[in-house]
Amino acid sequence: MDESIRSQESLQSQIGEKDGIGEKLLRMCRQNKLAAFSAVLILVIILMAILAPVIAPYGEAEQDLLNRLQGPSAEHLLGTDELGRDVFTRLLYGARVSLTIGILPSLISLAVGVITGLLAGYIGGAVDYIIMRLADIMLSIPSLLLAMVVTYTMGTSTVTLFVALSMTGWASVARVVRSQTLSLKESEYVQAAQSIGVSKLVIMLRHILPNCLPSLIVLFTLNIPSAILSESSLSFLGIGVQMPQASWGLMVNQAKEFLFTAPWLCLSPCLAIMIVVLAFNFLGDGLRDVLDPYMKNQ
Amino acid sequence: MENENNILEIRNLRSCFFTEKGVVPAVDGVSLDIPQGKIVGLVGESGCGKSMTARSIMGLLRYPGRVAGGSILFEDQELTTCGEKQLRAICGKDISMIFQEPMTSLNPVLKVGRQVRETLLAHDPTMNREEARRRVIEIFTQVAIPEPERRYNCYPHELSGGMRQRVMIAMAMIGNPKLLIADEPTTALDVTIEAQILRLMKQLQEQTGMSILIITHNMGVVAEICDYVYVMYAGQIMEQGDTFQLFDHTTHPYTQGLLASIPRLGKNPERLHTIGGVVPNLLHLPEGCSFCPRCERATDICWEQRAELQSVGAEHYARCFHCGEGTA
Repeated sequence: MDESIRSQESLQSQIGEKDGIGEKLLRMCRQNKLAAFSAVLILVIILMAILAPVIAPYGEAEQDLLNRLQGPSAEHLLGTDELGRDVFTRLLYGARVSLTIGILPSLISLAVGVITGLLAGYIGGAVDYIIMRLADIMLSIPSLLLAMVVTYTMGTSTVTLFVALSMTGWASVARVVRSQTLSLKESEYVQAAQSIGVSKLVIMLRHILPNCLPSLIVLFTLNIPSAILSESSLSFLGIGVQMPQASWGLMVNQAKEFLFTAPWLCLSPCLAIMIVVLAFNFLGDGLRDVLDPYMKNQ
Repeated sequence: MENENNILEIRNLRSCFFTEKGVVPAVDGVSLDIPQGKIVGLVGESGCGKSMTARSIMGLLRYPGRVAGGSILFEDQELTTCGEKQLRAICGKDISMIFQEPMTSLNPVLKVGRQVRETLLAHDPTMNREEARRRVIEIFTQVAIPEPERRYNCYPHELSGGMRQRVMIAMAMIGNPKLLIADEPTTALDVTIEAQILRLMKQLQEQTGMSILIITHNMGVVAEICDYVYVMYAGQIMEQGDTFQLFDHTTHPYTQGLLASIPRLGKNPERLHTIGGVVPNLLHLPEGCSFCPRCERATDICWEQRAELQSVGAEHYARCFHCGEGTA
């Protein structure tokens, strides 16, 4: 790299904390091409999922038994499955389920985690103790196992999946928010706000929460792939999304019987999962590099 | 209230840290009066309990510290026993505080205008936002912030240190407080800005007729703007008096030491004057006078008993057995 560019960049990262979040995102795109590419890729996939009925050449559960287990061709871009359904079409519809289950429960656990974390950190005492012990209990149970228990007791449906995945996610968010709240609580501007008579609620929402945002954004983007993976695992195990709805995990599950006769059946949903999960991870890494002040210049 | 002229009366205040190793009396029986419309200085070195006193008034002591005894009367209202809600209603409106470090006492993610506006809204949630904005810009003008309209939408990092301290002052002043507590308001600023800020505070005091309690370790600041001075050491008031009286007839050996320690231009001694020794550990205070291990004048009685504050002149008191001897 050219010396002048390098010094300019180190200068930029030194003054980095003076930028707003928008400028930081722009800087991330400039410096970290992989993260920028991942962001674009995720946007494209989300768009494709939303526009699935428009883009998809066939219906979600449209069967064509004469053309079952076909290899990739012009009519069927990624081939057909054992019932003659178009794999590309099902991949698009599956993206809807996988992405929703990736994003929505992450959002729910983010909201729950933020509220409980703020309360635990700012109020402290018994409230802190109860919330954090609950979080500890949640974290001590393997999330997949908990999700299985929930789906067994509540029956298998997409809503149950939401509940199961949200239940496990909030605890780690609460921990992060609590620890940040604890340190921010001691900061002088919070004390200054207290000294002018600002109420607890306003201090929590206006002074502490915005300062937690960078780590929350990172946590959120890193939570999504793990939720997508959980959904895939649960659907693969047969306790997630049910037929005839399409989901990537379910597609892998059904394709496993044709692993040797029709390998493309298994390969395409697997690749889809891998690409999305990797993209979210790269994006999360990139975001952390620009948003987390402690990671700078490393 | 003992004296009608006083806006704040602190009597025998004890604020302690209750630690595992024992009780640390950071403020040990402090009595302090702030008369209406006067500027009072509270001076002492680091760790002597100045800030603890101020925080006790504002109810801002952090665990494991708390007020253990004494009273703080503000306009006939007892602040040590009144509930948190009542205290919040007073703080920011009748009493407000300026913090030491303007770099960290403004929230980095909030625009400064909104932070100042918050004071208004905290005490009057029904206030019209536009009206509040107008008031903020007004107060910005009053504390001599140039281009107040533009500064309203600035983030703290976009302002210089002096400008940030002006914002802090605006934040404290916007509720028209009767008492302003300034906890080392100029320590983090360079000397030229320090002079500007002090002049501003003096000017605001004259305009509004409020009282100011300035906490500082800088004798120069005291001499410049205070009407009345309290010198604090190891949680106790060592000497108190009218500023002129105290500077002209310094009585207590600690105050004398502080004044002698100010480096002077022109005189070029080999070494700068210091007070020998260190501040005693508050956990193991000497039985007698807390200053006696460092005092040149200490005699047997100093090691055995604590002196009481005694009158050494008009409105001038010192806590020393040897008041009459060796005035500087």
